[in-house]
Amino acid sequence: MSEALLSVRDLSVEFTTYGRTLPVLRGVNLDVPARSHVALVGESGSGKTVTMKSIMGLLHMPPASISSGTILYDGRDLLTMSRRERLKLTGTDMSMVFQDPMSSLNPVFTIADQMSTILKYADRRLGRSRSGRERMQRVLEVLAQVRMREPERVARSYPIMLSGGMRQRVLIAMALLSEPRLLIADEPGTALDVTTQAQILKLLKDLVEERGLALLMITHNLGVVRETSDYVYVMHKGVVVEEAKTADLFASPKVDYTRSLIDAVPRLTGARPTLPVEAAP
Amino acid sequence: MEFLRFLLRRVLWSLLVLIGLSIVIFIIARAVPGDPARMALGPTATQEQVADLQQKLGLDRPIVEQYGLFIVGLAHGDLGRSLLTERPVNDDIRDTFAATLELVLATIFIAVLIGVPLGVVAAYWKDRWPDNVVRIVAIFSAVTPSFFLALLLQILAGYVLHILPTTGRLPPNFDFAPSHTGLVLIDALIAGRPDAFLEGLRYLLLPAIALAAATMGQMARITRSSMIDVSSQDYIEASRAFGVPEWIRVCKYMLRPSFVPPLTILGLEFASLIGNAFVVELVFAWPGMAAYGIRTILQKDLNAVMGVVMVSGVFFVLVNLVIDLLVGLVDPRVRIRGSRQ
Repeated sequence: MSEALLSVRDLSVEFTTYGRTLPVLRGVNLDVPARSHVALVGESGSGKTVTMKSIMGLLHMPPASISSGTILYDGRDLLTMSRRERLKLTGTDMSMVFQDPMSSLNPVFTIADQMSTILKYADRRLGRSRSGRERMQRVLEVLAQVRMREPERVARSYPIMLSGGMRQRVLIAMALLSEPRLLIADEPGTALDVTTQAQILKLLKDLVEERGLALLMITHNLGVVRETSDYVYVMHKGVVVEEAKTADLFASPKVDYTRSLIDAVPRLTGARPTLPVEAAP
Repeated sequence: MEFLRFLLRRVLWSLLVLIGLSIVIFIIARAVPGDPARMALGPTATQEQVADLQQKLGLDRPIVEQYGLFIVGLAHGDLGRSLLTERPVNDDIRDTFAATLELVLATIFIAVLIGVPLGVVAAYWKDRWPDNVVRIVAIFSAVTPSFFLALLLQILAGYVLHILPTTGRLPPNFDFAPSHTGLVLIDALIAGRPDAFLEGLRYLLLPAIALAAATMGQMARITRSSMIDVSSQDYIEASRAFGVPEWIRVCKYMLRPSFVPPLTILGLEFASLIGNAFVVELVFAWPGMAAYGIRTILQKDLNAVMGVVMVSGVFFVLVNLVIDLLVGLVDPRVRIRGSRQ
């Protein structure tokens, strides 16, 4: 699968705190081919967020350190390329949709200000240039693409003036500003009510399909996995324990852990399930 | 709209506070032992002379009536006569207020301009050596009494190094009088007198530093903790993921949301600033209202004390109103919701 757009190979990450070193990722392998929709699922503490942060270059080092592995993007290793080269990719060609719409927007700047700042520096890293007016046009264009009815009004607003769903759509718009090829979504909408979350996921799916983007969905929610992905990786304790086509995974999970995850999803019909996941100590 | 209503409510509250302040100070000033008339006339005055002055000052009337007379005078903008200087209190305050204002403004300027960047530096290099240096400096400047610092600066810069003058606002016999605003630096600029500006600055520097140290330490500490708080917010992480350069992230995305706590503290610090100004003005022979205030308190110069306290109170209220406005400018949430929190 060397033709994959994103290819994580044998990635190991450790955290050192108070003199103790803890392995958090242990040889993670993961592929996201171009235009594919992949999910990375796992419970809290499984390492899915650390994997995402390693890919986006968001790990705070120290305390984290990457002890082995490669992260190939478009055939080039993100971990060995220069910082400058890497910054040309992050936030532009590979971009990210943040999880919590209530806290991921800066409360004291307008949406237009925040989005055009992102665009300005993305352009600068790529050696492009745009006038302020052109930037603003692009911001409004992207806001319209995430189905905002009044892009101008939204752009002028401060985050506090927008609903949670609208803020989440702004976060998606931010990720789309520089026309990425890979979108990494960190459980978008978990902070929203179920109906709004469903709308957001639908929107995200439509956008990804319309533009032929690759999507890596990071989530703990198997419902989201089913909705948004064709291929899924299951993580547990820093290791990918199972990978399969999404339909196959739900039909015949191979690993006990996956099965217990699937059984743990609350159902509205049928017999009441027993609780197969052991309570954490 | 909400914000305007919020400000209006603050103004009304402030008026109530000022009335309360006037009553409390009025009573306290009269409850302190010592007869103002006797103190003004000296030990050699006869009993009749003292009684005469008491009557003239209205001290023989009931305290409620005295307060009533004070309020009537205040409403007419008349604060009465000073026993100490034997001039109208209005004139005394007019002559001394500008000096204190200039000192306090310079102090705030220094405290914010040095304290806030120090806090930013400390937060950026949290737990590394720059942070440790800033924390030590901030603690020391916050706990050093201003009279001690004033004397230290005077000795060091004035007598040992001979680089800065130690007393007054301008050199003796200097042919320049601040006649527009009363502020030497501003008036020198208006009059186009760079020499007067420079001299004024030289004289202002030491007292302003002595007074600014404590506030600067506070600003650095509050800015630091506020920046650290903001730096762990999701939106800062998000701006990292979008590749916004480090300096924009720190100086724009982090600093502005961090700026509200230091601003609020600055408004509260203002009261102790005026208090400390008494000491600094005495040490540096700065012809300000604070020093005038303390001399009149010692003399039980009741009208002057009331005047100084009321002017300081109004000053305090105005400064805090300006700070409320600034907080609204910095943080749209305050503007939109019409309150803090």
